[in-house]
Amino acid sequence: MTSTNGTTSTNGTVKGAALTLDQARRYARHIILPEVGPIGQRKLLASKVLVIGAGGLGSPVALYLAAAGVGKLGIVDYDNVELSNLHRQIIHGHANIGRPKVDSVRDRLADVNPDVEVVTYNELLTSENAMDIIKDYDVVVNGLDNFPGRYLVNDACYLLKKPLVDGTLFRFEGRANVFLPGHGCYRCLFPSPPPPGAVPSCAEAGVLGAMCGVIGTIQAVETVKLLLDLGEPLVNRLLLFDSLTMEFREVKIPRDPECPLCGDNPTIHELIDYEAFCGAPVTTLG
Amino acid sequence: MLRPTVGGERVVAADGSTLRELIQNVDNRHPGFAGQLLESDGGQRRFVNIYVNDEDVRYLKGLETPVAEGDVVSILPAVAGGR
Repeated sequence: MTSTNGTTSTNGTVKGAALTLDQARRYARHIILPEVGPIGQRKLLASKVLVIGAGGLGSPVALYLAAAGVGKLGIVDYDNVELSNLHRQIIHGHANIGRPKVDSVRDRLADVNPDVEVVTYNELLTSENAMDIIKDYDVVVNGLDNFPGRYLVNDACYLLKKPLVDGTLFRFEGRANVFLPGHGCYRCLFPSPPPPGAVPSCAEAGVLGAMCGVIGTIQAVETVKLLLDLGEPLVNRLLLFDSLTMEFREVKIPRDPECPLCGDNPTIHELIDYEAFCGAPVTTLG
Repeated sequence: MLRPTVGGERVVAADGSTLRELIQNVDNRHPGFAGQLLESDGGQRRFVNIYVNDEDVRYLKGLETPVAEGDVVSILPAVAGGR
């Protein structure tokens, strides 16, 4: 038996310790699902997920993955909690204003589920540290808010062969998808970033707070599906959600044979200067 | 992002037998629309995706992709928001 996430060994044995009585109680409604069961729950407890950005998307992602019993959660964000975050970044509370977001997340997740090991990276994700940070995780979840960061995470995940669960927000709309190495990447979807200033950010355009919950929760679901090899993840398809009409739609994301990263004749073999590529600074803010 | 150029509408009807004709048709009524999608040389901007039904036209015939009555054309600019 093999698994895309490496939590199951090649001889069919399951990684991770047997469940304790408390764990059997905590995860009872997972375990009763035939598709999860005790073996699936042990897989989750043996899994490692990196959440990049502890903001609007990162909040529900981290909360649901911690509650689900993902054994190790890495959190990357160098920002501090601000009052203007709290209408949508539901992992942070009023008492945490001014604290580093990663500290706020660590404290909250310790309360949600003490089973989970939380590793915090209170630093900017850069071309220098991205490979080192990402390499030890099974799945990466993107909750960034800027183009240089998105291309950086995309390239690092592809080069390290890590699944990337992506999500974006804009006003009343959101998008989500999964990039599996070999099945297209963010560069296949958007070959070039927009010129700086051409596309407004959430700070400039606004975002309905609860949209973070919709898209972030979809990202959490997709992550659990990947970890457990369940169902049909959003690979090669982009899910579009418009909250004003309550419509979900999909469009296709083909792998581009001419993609400079994942195409047939790639020219990108290592991380590049993403500030120069995008004409804007990288920020690891979620 | 494009809605202000078409009077705030989510959906607009247009005529044409190719995607380029469709864009020009909308631009005739809403000047400035085409400029949001196209470079000055007439090519498609690389950070704006256009789909005929659910297919990315970059993988079809680009702006010369034929369109028929009832086809749905979707325009998705790159967005980065996650905060």
